[in-house]
Amino acid sequence: MAAAAVHAQGTEFTNVQRGRYLAQAGDCISCHTVKGGKPFAGGYPVETPFGTIFSSNITPDVVTGIGNWSRDDFYRAMHEGRRKDGQYLYPACPYPWFTKMPREDVDALKSYLDTLEPVRAMAPENELIWPLGWRRLVAGWNLLFFDQGEYVHREDKPDVWNRGAYLVEGPGHCAACHTPKNMFGASDRDKAMQGGDAGEAWYAPSLTASERDGLGTWSVNDIVQYLKTGANEDTASTGPMTEVVMNSTQHLSNADLIAMATYLKDIPAHKPEEVKDIDEQVMARGKGLYIDQCMGCHMADGKGQKGAFPPLADSPPIRASQPQTLIQVVLAGDFMADPPELPTGLAMPGFAWKLSDQQVADVLTYVRNTWGNRAPPVDADQVAEVRTALHEHGPRYKRLISQSVH
Amino acid sequence: MATRLNPVDVVLVGFGWTASIIAQELTDEGLQVLALERGVDRATVPDFSTTHIQDELRYAVRGGLFQAPVRETLSFRNTRDQTALPMRHLGSFRPGAGVGGAGVHWNGQTWRFLPDDFVLRSHTEERYGADFIAPDITIQDWGVSYDDLEPYYDRFEYLCGVSGTAGNVGGSLRQEGNPFEGARRRDYPLPPLERSAGSLMFDKAARELGYHPFPAPAANTSRPYKNPLGVQMGQCTYCGFCEWFGCGNNSKASPQSTILPVLLKKDNFSYRSGCDVMRVKLDNTGKKAKGVLYRDLEGREYEQPAQLVILCAFAHHNVHLLLLSGIGRPYDPVSGTGVTGRNYAYQITSSVEAFVDELINPYMGAGALGQAIDEFNTDNFDHGPEGFIGGGYIALWTTGGRPITQHHLPKDAPKWGAGWKKAMSENYLKSVSVATHGSVVSHRGAYLDLDPSYKDAYGNPLLRLTFDFHDNDYRMSEFLTGKAEGIAKAMKPRSINVNKRKKPYSIVPYQTTHNTGGAIMGDDPRTSVVNRYLQSWDVPNVFVVGACNFPQNAGYNPTGTVGALAFWAADAIRKMYLKNPGPLIQT
Repeated sequence: MAAAAVHAQGTEFTNVQRGRYLAQAGDCISCHTVKGGKPFAGGYPVETPFGTIFSSNITPDVVTGIGNWSRDDFYRAMHEGRRKDGQYLYPACPYPWFTKMPREDVDALKSYLDTLEPVRAMAPENELIWPLGWRRLVAGWNLLFFDQGEYVHREDKPDVWNRGAYLVEGPGHCAACHTPKNMFGASDRDKAMQGGDAGEAWYAPSLTASERDGLGTWSVNDIVQYLKTGANEDTASTGPMTEVVMNSTQHLSNADLIAMATYLKDIPAHKPEEVKDIDEQVMARGKGLYIDQCMGCHMADGKGQKGAFPPLADSPPIRASQPQTLIQVVLAGDFMADPPELPTGLAMPGFAWKLSDQQVADVLTYVRNTWGNRAPPVDADQVAEVRTALHEHGPRYKRLISQSVH
Repeated sequence: MATRLNPVDVVLVGFGWTASIIAQELTDEGLQVLALERGVDRATVPDFSTTHIQDELRYAVRGGLFQAPVRETLSFRNTRDQTALPMRHLGSFRPGAGVGGAGVHWNGQTWRFLPDDFVLRSHTEERYGADFIAPDITIQDWGVSYDDLEPYYDRFEYLCGVSGTAGNVGGSLRQEGNPFEGARRRDYPLPPLERSAGSLMFDKAARELGYHPFPAPAANTSRPYKNPLGVQMGQCTYCGFCEWFGCGNNSKASPQSTILPVLLKKDNFSYRSGCDVMRVKLDNTGKKAKGVLYRDLEGREYEQPAQLVILCAFAHHNVHLLLLSGIGRPYDPVSGTGVTGRNYAYQITSSVEAFVDELINPYMGAGALGQAIDEFNTDNFDHGPEGFIGGGYIALWTTGGRPITQHHLPKDAPKWGAGWKKAMSENYLKSVSVATHGSVVSHRGAYLDLDPSYKDAYGNPLLRLTFDFHDNDYRMSEFLTGKAEGIAKAMKPRSINVNKRKKPYSIVPYQTTHNTGGAIMGDDPRTSVVNRYLQSWDVPNVFVVGACNFPQNAGYNPTGTVGALAFWAADAIRKMYLKNPGPLIQT
């Protein structure tokens, strides 16, 4: 009897550990924590084209959290997108990806969430455009865009590929940002992983094998290093991806990171749009600005400083089809990820106060089209839009959740 | 009534270089460490960002990163028969305030003192006889040797990513390095900075005169560098804004660019800014510290209990705290007894400006980019015929060409108007300065005590500085300036200005921030405040760390030695004190 109890506790402990790992793989904390708030207590505003949706409290509080949800209730939410009361969840919650998680993983996740400190916190009412406040409409959305069902093992692919596919398409929900969305806010399956909107005027670049703006030139090891530390020889993470590295991918095992990289490397390249020749005057203005403002850290040849400041030369993220992320970083500056392996957290200062929209556009157009780079030019209106978004949302790094909560 | 806070294991007063080093070491030991900083919080981004830091008016002229005299200052007089007056504007020296301390705004000149420096009195007596030292000169041995400190110099240099050329690795002399330096265990972590046009000119002139010029050791990274803590530094861009400025490129070593990324993530470390520590609180035996008393920016008073109190503030402030707290008998210049405040020393500088025909492009500089000779430092030459003690290095620094404060004009140039502008345009790109950096002896009339009339914002007596250079130092500086003039002339300039140090010492024009002494280390509790491990003789759970430990001042910038002493004291605490808290040296 005593032995059985010990055994049961041991199983439960393993289960909780596994759930914690899956919570990290799914980066639940990033969306379910509001700036300055208690971890997992929700209230974080997810900006969508249809209005603001506030994340829910997933601590085990019985009134405002999910403390009175059974495992079946939780599985239904993750698998079907339905709350305990049967109401539809909005697909701002990535259940279209979480549906791929098998029951034992979802149960483990619930076991972990049950160990959290219950926090009594009610998320604000969503601010959605009419008539989307009516949750029944989600049923129609689900009918059109939601494929319910657990991940199905591909027999024609090796195990490592399958594990990677599960993590990327399931709990990791990478496509939620990295795939363009259609007018209904659903991922456009014909353009899977070709780069998409990451919210608040951030752009998540392509993860296909495109050599110009995807992962074509990165090895499995480059991807692993990036996910583990937020930086590799080619680039450093920015904005929301730094949040993902700090809250999620740095905690994953090397085997899982290798699996994810193996799967990502197998996504076929898409064809980036043609780029016309850039106006020589724009290039000349951009070069002048680069020498004055950027060269100190990123060097005259754009190759950056090894281990310190990332290169801009011959760099796929610099050639991203949409420039919003680059504009964000130039305007507001950014901090690099600072996991234990790479503790420094070097930062770039913001230039919003000293460069005009046109100047930011010119210098980025130059950087995106020199030293072996080729990418669509940036125009001042795009910079103006990001500048407005920055005023609205503030610099991204301010919302990084301290690693001490883990 | 002070609010009593939760106790910690260790409280550090100040959060600059020494506190950061000691906090990093003692938190590794598992102790709960708290640093109290009087100034504001500062981080590389946004505070030192390259987008705005190169602002000479804000930082160099208006002193954006320094101690504000309105909150903390000292009173000054040259001699005991004068009445000291408060220094109301920073002049001769510029202590830092804020997280990182003066480690934020220094130049990065990172020297080791010579083996002879640590045994100055016994060495001088041995070579020249006891009578060679004037009776009122109070120089003494340090109680530690160069060999004791060598491993700790090494740690500080590798922490900072010092760029330089070793002159003596394990006894084997290296070409192009300083042939006079003590043996070091290995090369500098980085090769020297790129030489400036001025450096090359100095090098050539010095070699022609038979000297051995070498690139000065610089805590400005010549390459990207990852230090032993895993902290990544960028490569120096030679922007010319080091001294008085923070570094936005993570290239100049500072607590922010070398330690804080690791230290600030530790759960057993915390710090508070805006905290003016006013007393070390002793128990009723006076032999044990219970913690410190401090005020926050709104004047609220707090008691922070701690097992161990370590004073890591600027030299003046450490001594001020000891005096206010009654730790160590105050020095009495009449009887020559007492220790706290004793053996204050400074440094004596001079320069020879040279106006040349070659283009120098001074704006491409770095704080410690320079070529130096060490022939006339400490006892690297025969002092017998000269009749003075000490010496210094002679160097040509290319720290920058900032328009307001870093330009040179021939002495006959007009002081204003079209003539001044013409002279400026003719000389800005074609002038250099050969600088001397001289040691200063401690002497009976140079000391720190509490001012009898002037009080600070909290009603505490101001610290009072009584100081003039000893005649020994004026003679030494005269000698050194002559040698600098020789080098300047060997550059075949159009003209030179010789700027000697004139008597008496004035606290008004900027000279150097290298204040030392007042809480000196030594082997004898009658002549030192702390023992060789920087532990108070009187209150064993108080340690005092910094340039205030120097028994006299050497002819080098002090930060390398201050960093080494911090590692040395931290090691003594880790390996000895924690195992058996109490006096590390029995008296």
